[in-house]
Amino acid sequence: MYDAEQQAGLGSVMGATLRRELLIAMRSPAAMLNPLVFFVIAVTLFPLGAGGDSEFLSAIAAGVIWVTALLAVMLSMDSLFRSDYEDGSLEQLLIGSQPLYFLLLTRVFSHWLVSSLPLVLLTPVLASMLALPQEGMVILVLSLLLGTPTLSLIGAIGMALTVGLSRSGLLLAVLVLPLFIPVLVFGTGAVQSALNGLPVSGLLALLGAILALALALAPLAIAAALRISVN
Amino acid sequence: MLKATDLYCERDDRVLFQNLDLELSAGQVLQIQGSNGSGKSTLLRVLCGLNTDYRGTICWQGTPVDQVRADYCRGIFYLGHAAAIKKILSPVENLRWFCAMQGTVDEKAIKAALSESGLRGYDDIPCFMLSAGQQRRVSLARLHLSSARLWLLDEPFTALDHRGVGELESFLTAHVQSGGAVILTTHHPLQMACEVRVVNLDDLALPLETERDV
Repeated sequence: MYDAEQQAGLGSVMGATLRRELLIAMRSPAAMLNPLVFFVIAVTLFPLGAGGDSEFLSAIAAGVIWVTALLAVMLSMDSLFRSDYEDGSLEQLLIGSQPLYFLLLTRVFSHWLVSSLPLVLLTPVLASMLALPQEGMVILVLSLLLGTPTLSLIGAIGMALTVGLSRSGLLLAVLVLPLFIPVLVFGTGAVQSALNGLPVSGLLALLGAILALALALAPLAIAAALRISVN
Repeated sequence: MLKATDLYCERDDRVLFQNLDLELSAGQVLQIQGSNGSGKSTLLRVLCGLNTDYRGTICWQGTPVDQVRADYCRGIFYLGHAAAIKKILSPVENLRWFCAMQGTVDEKAIKAALSESGLRGYDDIPCFMLSAGQQRRVSLARLHLSSARLWLLDEPFTALDHRGVGELESFLTAHVQSGGAVILTTHHPLQMACEVRVVNLDDLALPLETERDV
Protein backbone atom coordinates (compact mmCIF):
# COMPACT_ATOMS: atom_id res chain seq x y z
CA MET A 1 0.00 0.00 0.00
CA TYR A 2 2.83 2.41 0.86
CA ASP A 3 6.11 2.53 -0.96
CA ALA A 4 9.44 2.45 0.85
CA GLU A 5 9.90 6.20 1.00
CA GLN A 6 6.52 6.69 2.60
CA GLN A 7 7.28 3.93 5.11
CA ALA A 8 10.49 5.65 6.15
CA GLY A 9 8.53 8.89 6.46
CA LEU A 10 5.87 7.16 8.54
CA GLY A 11 8.49 5.77 10.93
CA SER A 12 9.99 9.20 11.51
CA VAL A 13 6.55 10.78 12.01
CA MET A 14 5.68 8.13 14.60
CA GLY A 15 9.06 8.67 16.26
CA ALA A 16 8.58 12.43 16.32
CA THR A 17 5.06 12.06 17.76
CA LEU A 18 6.32 9.71 20.47
CA ARG A 19 9.19 12.03 21.38
CA ARG A 20 6.83 15.01 21.53
CA GLU A 21 4.34 13.21 23.77
CA LEU A 22 7.05 12.00 26.14
CA LEU A 23 8.52 15.50 26.29
CA ILE A 24 5.11 16.93 27.17
CA ALA A 25 4.68 14.27 29.85
CA MET A 26 8.11 15.10 31.33
CA ARG A 27 7.31 18.80 31.45
CA SER A 28 3.93 18.31 33.13
CA PRO A 29 4.33 15.26 35.34
CA ALA A 30 0.85 15.63 36.90
CA ALA A 31 -0.70 13.67 34.05
CA MET A 32 1.71 10.86 34.77
CA LEU A 33 1.55 10.98 38.58
CA ASN A 34 -2.22 11.40 39.09
CA PRO A 35 -3.26 7.88 38.06
CA LEU A 36 -0.31 6.40 39.91
CA VAL A 37 -1.08 8.23 43.16
CA PHE A 38 -4.77 7.32 42.86
CA PHE A 39 -3.82 3.67 42.31
CA VAL A 40 -1.51 3.54 45.34
CA ILE A 41 -3.93 5.34 47.68
CA ALA A 42 -7.00 3.36 46.63
CA VAL A 43 -5.27 -0.01 46.97
CA THR A 44 -3.77 1.02 50.31
CA LEU A 45 -7.22 1.79 51.70
CA PHE A 46 -8.44 -1.80 51.22
CA PRO A 47 -6.42 -3.46 54.02
CA LEU A 48 -7.45 -0.59 56.29
CA GLY A 49 -11.11 -0.92 55.44
CA ALA A 50 -11.38 -4.68 55.12
CA GLY A 51 -9.30 -5.58 58.16
CA GLY A 52 -5.88 -7.17 58.44
CA ASP A 53 -6.96 -10.79 57.85
CA SER A 54 -4.33 -11.83 55.31
CA GLU A 55 -6.28 -14.86 54.10
CA PHE A 56 -9.25 -12.66 53.17
CA LEU A 57 -6.99 -10.02 51.62
CA SER A 58 -5.16 -12.53 49.47
CA ALA A 59 -8.51 -13.80 48.19
CA ILE A 60 -9.57 -10.35 47.00
CA ALA A 61 -6.10 -9.02 46.05
CA ALA A 62 -6.31 -9.71 42.31
CA GLY A 63 -9.77 -8.20 42.03
CA VAL A 64 -8.86 -5.10 44.04
CA ILE A 65 -5.75 -4.42 41.99
CA TRP A 66 -7.48 -5.03 38.67
CA VAL A 67 -10.51 -2.85 39.49
CA THR A 68 -8.35 -0.03 40.83
CA ALA A 69 -6.03 -0.20 37.82
CA LEU A 70 -9.04 -0.04 35.54
CA LEU A 71 -10.39 3.05 37.30
CA ALA A 72 -6.94 4.65 37.23
CA VAL A 73 -6.70 4.10 33.47
CA MET A 74 -10.11 5.70 33.04
CA LEU A 75 -9.10 8.68 35.18
CA SER A 76 -5.96 9.17 33.11
CA MET A 77 -7.93 9.33 29.86
CA ASP A 78 -8.72 13.01 30.23
CA SER A 79 -5.13 13.94 29.44
CA LEU A 80 -5.19 12.00 26.16
CA PHE A 81 -6.97 14.28 23.67
CA ARG A 82 -8.30 17.16 25.77
CA SER A 83 -5.41 19.60 25.40
CA ASP A 84 -4.98 18.72 21.72
CA TYR A 85 -8.63 19.50 21.18
CA GLU A 86 -8.38 22.82 22.95
CA ASP A 87 -5.20 24.11 21.32
CA GLY A 88 -6.07 23.00 17.79
CA SER A 89 -3.38 20.31 17.42
CA LEU A 90 -6.13 17.78 16.88
CA GLU A 91 -7.34 19.63 13.78
CA GLN A 92 -3.82 19.61 12.38
CA LEU A 93 -3.59 15.87 13.09
CA LEU A 94 -6.88 15.20 11.29
CA ILE A 95 -6.11 17.22 8.15
CA GLY A 96 -2.49 16.12 8.01
CA SER A 97 -1.36 13.97 5.13
CA GLN A 98 0.06 11.24 7.37
CA PRO A 99 -1.96 8.05 7.96
CA LEU A 100 -4.11 8.76 10.99
CA TYR A 101 -4.23 5.09 12.05
CA PHE A 102 -0.53 4.95 12.93
CA LEU A 103 -0.46 8.42 14.46
CA LEU A 104 -3.33 7.55 16.80
CA LEU A 105 -1.73 4.23 17.66
CA THR A 106 1.43 6.13 18.59
CA ARG A 107 -0.55 8.60 20.68
CA VAL A 108 -2.32 5.87 22.64
CA PHE A 109 0.92 3.92 23.05
CA SER A 110 2.76 6.95 24.44
CA HIS A 111 -0.15 7.64 26.77
CA TRP A 112 -0.05 4.04 28.01
CA LEU A 113 3.71 4.25 28.44
CA VAL A 114 3.38 7.34 30.60
CA SER A 115 0.23 6.69 32.63
CA SER A 116 -0.26 2.90 32.81
CA LEU A 117 3.16 1.27 32.64
CA PRO A 118 4.39 2.81 35.94
CA LEU A 119 1.24 1.47 37.57
CA VAL A 120 1.89 -2.06 36.29
CA LEU A 121 5.50 -1.87 37.46
CA LEU A 122 4.37 -0.88 40.94
CA THR A 123 1.86 -3.73 41.18
CA PRO A 124 4.15 -6.31 42.84
CA VAL A 125 4.69 -3.98 45.82
CA LEU A 126 0.96 -3.39 46.31
CA ALA A 127 0.15 -7.05 45.70
CA SER A 128 2.52 -8.10 48.49
CA MET A 129 0.81 -5.59 50.74
CA LEU A 130 -2.45 -7.40 49.98
CA ALA A 131 -0.74 -10.71 50.78
CA LEU A 132 -1.11 -12.11 47.27
CA PRO A 133 0.72 -15.46 47.21
CA GLN A 134 3.93 -15.63 45.17
CA GLU A 135 2.50 -17.92 42.47
CA GLY A 136 -0.09 -15.31 41.51
CA MET A 137 2.37 -12.41 41.27
CA VAL A 138 3.88 -13.04 37.85
CA ILE A 139 0.51 -13.80 36.31
CA LEU A 140 -0.98 -10.63 37.82
CA VAL A 141 1.73 -8.47 36.26
CA LEU A 142 1.51 -10.35 32.96
CA SER A 143 -2.26 -10.02 32.81
CA LEU A 144 -2.00 -6.29 33.53
CA LEU A 145 0.68 -5.91 30.86
CA LEU A 146 -1.65 -7.53 28.34
CA GLY A 147 -4.83 -5.91 29.64
CA THR A 148 -4.00 -2.26 30.30
CA PRO A 149 -3.10 -1.44 26.65
CA THR A 150 -6.54 -2.76 25.71
CA LEU A 151 -8.10 -0.55 28.37
CA SER A 152 -6.18 2.45 27.00
CA LEU A 153 -7.34 1.75 23.45
CA ILE A 154 -10.99 1.32 24.47
CA GLY A 155 -10.81 4.34 26.77
CA ALA A 156 -9.37 6.38 23.92
CA ILE A 157 -12.47 5.66 21.83
CA GLY A 158 -14.69 6.96 24.63
CA MET A 159 -12.44 9.96 25.17
CA ALA A 160 -12.47 10.76 21.44
CA LEU A 161 -16.26 10.70 21.47
CA THR A 162 -16.59 12.95 24.51
CA VAL A 163 -13.64 15.32 24.00
CA GLY A 164 -15.93 18.05 22.69
CA LEU A 165 -17.96 18.11 25.91
CA SER A 166 -16.67 20.24 28.74
CA ARG A 167 -17.56 17.77 31.50
CA SER A 168 -17.29 14.31 30.12
CA GLY A 169 -16.25 12.37 33.24
CA LEU A 170 -19.44 10.49 34.02
CA LEU A 171 -20.40 9.99 30.39
CA LEU A 172 -16.98 8.54 29.70
CA ALA A 173 -17.42 6.08 32.58
CA VAL A 174 -20.85 5.01 31.34
CA LEU A 175 -19.56 4.54 27.80
CA VAL A 176 -16.35 2.79 28.58
CA LEU A 177 -16.69 0.76 31.78
CA PRO A 178 -19.04 -1.88 30.28
CA LEU A 179 -16.46 -2.47 27.56
CA PHE A 180 -13.76 -2.95 30.19
CA ILE A 181 -15.62 -5.90 31.77
CA PRO A 182 -14.29 -8.73 29.55
CA VAL A 183 -10.71 -7.61 30.18
CA LEU A 184 -11.40 -7.46 33.92
CA VAL A 185 -13.01 -10.91 33.98
CA PHE A 186 -10.20 -12.62 32.07
CA GLY A 187 -7.49 -10.71 33.93
CA THR A 188 -8.67 -11.61 37.43
CA GLY A 189 -9.64 -15.08 36.21
CA ALA A 190 -6.06 -15.73 35.14
CA VAL A 191 -4.71 -14.79 38.57
CA GLN A 192 -7.32 -16.92 40.38
CA SER A 193 -6.48 -19.89 38.15
CA ALA A 194 -2.80 -19.47 38.94
CA LEU A 195 -3.57 -19.38 42.66
CA ASN A 196 -5.62 -22.57 42.36
CA GLY A 197 -2.90 -24.31 40.37
CA LEU A 198 -4.92 -24.40 37.15
CA PRO A 199 -3.48 -23.64 33.69
CA VAL A 200 -3.56 -19.93 32.81
CA SER A 201 -2.32 -19.90 29.24
CA GLY A 202 -5.86 -19.99 27.83
CA LEU A 203 -6.97 -16.87 29.72
CA LEU A 204 -3.77 -15.01 28.90
CA ALA A 205 -4.24 -15.97 25.26
CA LEU A 206 -7.76 -14.53 25.41
CA LEU A 207 -6.37 -11.27 26.84
CA GLY A 208 -3.81 -11.23 24.04
CA ALA A 209 -6.52 -11.84 21.46
CA ILE A 210 -8.60 -8.95 22.80
CA LEU A 211 -5.51 -6.75 22.67
CA ALA A 212 -4.83 -7.77 19.06
CA LEU A 213 -8.42 -6.99 18.14
CA ALA A 214 -8.25 -3.62 19.88
CA LEU A 215 -4.94 -2.77 18.17
CA ALA A 216 -6.47 -3.52 14.79
CA LEU A 217 -9.83 -1.82 15.21
CA ALA A 218 -9.65 0.81 17.97
CA PRO A 219 -7.57 3.37 15.98
CA LEU A 220 -10.22 3.32 13.25
CA ALA A 221 -12.96 3.96 15.81
CA ILE A 222 -10.87 6.67 17.49
CA ALA A 223 -10.31 8.42 14.16
CA ALA A 224 -14.02 8.32 13.31
CA ALA A 225 -14.96 9.58 16.79
CA LEU A 226 -12.44 12.42 16.63
CA ARG A 227 -13.78 13.52 13.26
CA ILE A 228 -17.28 13.68 14.76
CA SER A 229 -16.04 15.62 17.79
CA VAL A 230 -14.10 18.16 15.72
CA ASN A 231 -16.91 18.61 13.19
CA MET B 1 -6.53 25.03 -8.20
CA LEU B 2 -9.58 24.93 -5.94
CA LYS B 3 -13.14 25.11 -7.16
CA ALA B 4 -16.24 24.90 -5.00
CA THR B 5 -19.70 24.87 -6.54
CA ASP B 6 -23.11 25.34 -5.01
CA LEU B 7 -21.95 25.10 -1.40
CA TYR B 8 -24.69 25.01 1.19
CA CYS B 9 -24.20 24.86 4.91
CA GLU B 10 -26.52 25.36 7.82
CA ARG B 11 -25.96 25.39 11.54
CA ASP B 12 -28.63 25.18 14.22
CA ASP B 13 -31.39 25.54 11.58
CA ARG B 14 -29.82 28.73 10.27
CA VAL B 15 -28.52 28.86 6.72
CA LEU B 16 -24.96 30.14 6.79
CA PHE B 17 -24.44 30.20 3.04
CA GLN B 18 -26.12 28.77 -0.02
CA ASN B 19 -25.43 28.72 -3.77
CA LEU B 20 -21.89 29.71 -2.93
CA ASP B 21 -19.43 29.33 -5.80
CA LEU B 22 -15.72 29.87 -5.33
CA GLU B 23 -12.89 29.48 -7.76
CA LEU B 24 -9.26 30.06 -7.02
CA SER B 25 -6.28 29.61 -9.29
CA ALA B 26 -2.59 29.83 -8.57
CA GLY B 27 -1.50 33.39 -7.94
CA GLN B 28 -4.75 34.56 -6.40
CA VAL B 29 -5.83 35.81 -3.00
CA LEU B 30 -9.40 35.41 -1.84
CA GLN B 31 -10.60 37.36 1.14
CA ILE B 32 -13.74 36.14 2.85
CA GLN B 33 -15.64 38.87 4.61
CA GLY B 34 -18.77 38.86 6.69
CA SER B 35 -20.08 39.96 10.04
CA ASN B 36 -19.47 37.91 13.18
CA GLY B 37 -21.28 34.60 12.97
CA SER B 38 -21.78 34.80 9.22
CA GLY B 39 -19.92 31.51 8.68
CA LYS B 40 -16.43 32.60 7.61
CA SER B 41 -14.66 30.10 9.83
CA THR B 42 -17.18 27.41 8.97
CA LEU B 43 -16.51 27.98 5.28
CA LEU B 44 -12.77 27.54 5.82
CA ARG B 45 -13.36 24.39 7.87
CA VAL B 46 -15.60 23.05 5.10
CA LEU B 47 -12.91 23.79 2.52
CA CYS B 48 -10.15 22.07 4.48
CA GLY B 49 -12.26 19.00 5.24
CA LEU B 50 -12.77 19.42 9.00
CA ASN B 51 -16.46 20.14 8.68
CA THR B 52 -18.43 17.65 6.61
CA ASP B 53 -21.96 18.94 7.21
CA TYR B 54 -22.34 20.65 3.86
CA ARG B 55 -23.80 20.08 0.42
CA GLY B 56 -22.09 20.92 -2.85
CA THR B 57 -18.85 19.88 -4.45
CA ILE B 58 -15.29 20.93 -3.80
CA CYS B 59 -12.75 20.12 -6.50
CA TRP B 60 -8.97 20.13 -6.16
CA GLN B 61 -7.13 20.46 -9.48
CA GLY B 62 -10.36 19.47 -11.20
CA THR B 63 -11.09 16.31 -9.19
CA PRO B 64 -13.54 16.11 -6.26
CA VAL B 65 -11.51 16.24 -3.03
CA ASP B 66 -12.94 12.96 -1.72
CA GLN B 67 -11.11 11.13 -4.49
CA VAL B 68 -7.77 12.88 -3.95
CA ARG B 69 -7.90 13.36 -0.18
CA ALA B 70 -4.24 12.53 0.54
CA ASP B 71 -3.04 14.75 -2.29
CA TYR B 72 -5.33 17.54 -1.14
CA CYS B 73 -4.12 17.29 2.47
CA ARG B 74 -0.54 17.67 1.25
CA GLY B 75 -1.54 20.64 -0.87
CA ILE B 76 -3.23 22.74 1.80
CA PHE B 77 -2.16 24.48 4.96
CA TYR B 78 -4.87 25.40 7.46
CA LEU B 79 -4.48 27.86 10.30
CA GLY B 80 -7.51 27.94 12.57
CA HIS B 81 -8.54 30.11 15.49
CA ALA B 82 -6.58 27.87 17.82
CA ALA B 83 -2.88 28.26 17.22
CA ALA B 84 -2.08 24.52 17.39
CA ILE B 85 0.86 25.39 19.61
CA LYS B 86 1.69 23.36 22.72
CA LYS B 87 2.34 25.97 25.37
CA ILE B 88 4.57 23.70 27.39
CA LEU B 89 6.95 23.15 24.48
CA SER B 90 9.38 25.67 23.04
CA PRO B 91 8.87 27.20 19.57
CA VAL B 92 11.57 24.94 18.12
CA GLU B 93 9.96 21.81 19.59
CA ASN B 94 6.57 22.85 18.27
CA LEU B 95 7.89 23.46 14.77
CA ARG B 96 9.92 20.25 14.79
CA TRP B 97 6.73 18.20 15.14
CA PHE B 98 5.02 20.23 12.43
CA CYS B 99 7.96 19.52 10.09
CA ALA B 100 7.90 15.83 10.97
CA MET B 101 4.21 15.74 10.07
CA GLN B 102 5.19 17.13 6.68
CA GLY B 103 7.89 14.51 6.20
CA THR B 104 11.24 16.19 6.76
CA VAL B 105 12.82 17.92 9.75
CA ASP B 106 15.39 20.54 8.83
CA GLU B 107 16.79 22.23 11.93
CA LYS B 108 18.34 25.08 9.91
CA ALA B 109 15.02 25.81 8.21
CA ILE B 110 13.29 25.89 11.61
CA LYS B 111 15.81 28.40 12.96
CA ALA B 112 15.45 30.49 9.81
CA ALA B 113 11.65 30.40 10.00
CA LEU B 114 11.74 31.58 13.62
CA SER B 115 14.10 34.45 12.95
CA GLU B 116 12.07 35.51 9.91
CA SER B 117 8.99 35.53 12.13
CA GLY B 118 10.72 37.88 14.53
CA LEU B 119 11.37 35.28 17.22
CA ARG B 120 15.14 35.17 17.14
CA GLY B 121 16.38 34.42 20.64
CA TYR B 122 13.11 32.89 21.78
CA ASP B 123 13.87 29.45 20.31
CA ASP B 124 14.08 27.52 23.55
CA ILE B 125 11.67 29.38 25.82
CA PRO B 126 8.43 27.53 26.60
CA CYS B 127 5.59 29.08 24.60
CA PHE B 128 3.52 29.88 27.71
CA MET B 129 6.14 32.50 28.57
CA LEU B 130 5.61 34.26 25.25
CA SER B 131 3.03 36.98 24.65
CA ALA B 132 -0.13 36.31 22.64
CA GLY B 133 1.37 38.03 19.60
CA GLN B 134 4.56 36.03 19.86
CA GLN B 135 2.57 32.79 20.15
CA ARG B 136 0.77 33.82 16.99
CA ARG B 137 4.14 34.34 15.33
CA VAL B 138 5.19 30.82 16.31
CA SER B 139 2.04 29.54 14.68
CA LEU B 140 2.65 31.66 11.57
CA ALA B 141 6.28 30.52 11.39
CA ARG B 142 4.83 27.23 10.15
CA LEU B 143 3.96 29.03 6.91
CA HIS B 144 7.68 29.43 6.23
CA LEU B 145 8.12 25.67 6.60
CA SER B 146 5.03 24.56 4.74
CA SER B 147 5.30 23.08 1.28
CA ALA B 148 1.56 23.47 0.69
CA ARG B 149 0.43 25.62 -2.22
CA LEU B 150 -2.97 26.65 -0.92
CA TRP B 151 -3.10 28.41 2.42
CA LEU B 152 -6.38 28.66 4.32
CA LEU B 153 -5.92 31.23 7.06
CA ASP B 154 -8.58 32.05 9.62
CA GLU B 155 -7.97 35.54 11.04
CA PRO B 156 -4.18 35.36 10.62
CA PHE B 157 -3.64 38.97 11.72
CA THR B 158 -5.11 38.53 15.21
CA ALA B 159 -2.77 39.77 17.96
CA LEU B 160 -0.04 40.85 15.53
CA ASP B 161 1.52 44.32 15.82
CA HIS B 162 1.63 46.75 12.87
CA ARG B 163 4.99 45.55 11.68
CA GLY B 164 3.91 41.93 11.98
CA VAL B 165 0.83 42.63 9.88
CA GLY B 166 2.96 44.30 7.19
CA GLU B 167 5.47 41.46 7.19
CA LEU B 168 2.74 38.84 6.91
CA GLU B 169 1.08 40.72 4.06
CA SER B 170 4.29 40.90 2.07
CA PHE B 171 5.01 37.25 2.86
CA LEU B 172 1.56 36.25 1.59
CA THR B 173 2.15 38.35 -1.54
CA ALA B 174 5.45 36.56 -2.14
CA HIS B 175 3.73 33.18 -1.77
CA VAL B 176 1.04 34.15 -4.24
CA GLN B 177 3.56 35.53 -6.73
CA SER B 178 5.51 32.28 -6.64
CA GLY B 179 2.47 30.31 -7.76
CA GLY B 180 0.63 29.73 -4.49
CA ALA B 181 -2.85 30.78 -3.47
CA VAL B 182 -4.35 32.12 -0.26
CA ILE B 183 -7.86 32.14 1.16
CA LEU B 184 -8.16 34.19 4.32
CA THR B 185 -10.77 35.68 6.57
CA THR B 186 -10.10 39.01 8.14
CA HIS B 187 -11.80 42.25 9.06
CA HIS B 188 -8.59 44.10 8.48
CA PRO B 189 -8.32 46.06 5.16
CA LEU B 190 -5.58 44.27 3.26
CA GLN B 191 -2.67 46.27 1.85
CA MET B 192 -1.27 43.73 -0.53
CA ALA B 193 0.64 44.36 -3.72
CA CYS B 194 -1.45 41.86 -5.65
CA GLU B 195 -5.04 41.36 -6.71
CA VAL B 196 -7.37 40.48 -3.85
CA ARG B 197 -10.82 39.12 -4.61
CA VAL B 198 -13.47 39.51 -1.95
CA VAL B 199 -16.39 37.27 -1.08
CA ASN B 200 -18.83 38.72 1.38
CA LEU B 201 -20.96 36.12 3.12
CA ASP B 202 -23.44 38.76 4.25
CA ASP B 203 -24.80 39.52 0.80
CA LEU B 204 -25.01 36.21 -0.97
CA ALA B 205 -28.11 37.37 -2.81
CA LEU B 206 -25.88 39.85 -4.62
CA PRO B 207 -23.28 38.80 -7.21
CA LEU B 208 -20.75 36.89 -5.20
CA GLU B 209 -17.46 38.25 -6.30
CA THR B 210 -16.39 41.81 -6.84
CA GLU B 211 -13.06 42.66 -8.32
CA ARG B 212 -10.89 44.95 -6.33
CA ASP B 213 -7.41 46.23 -6.95
CA VAL B 214 -5.48 47.57 -4.04
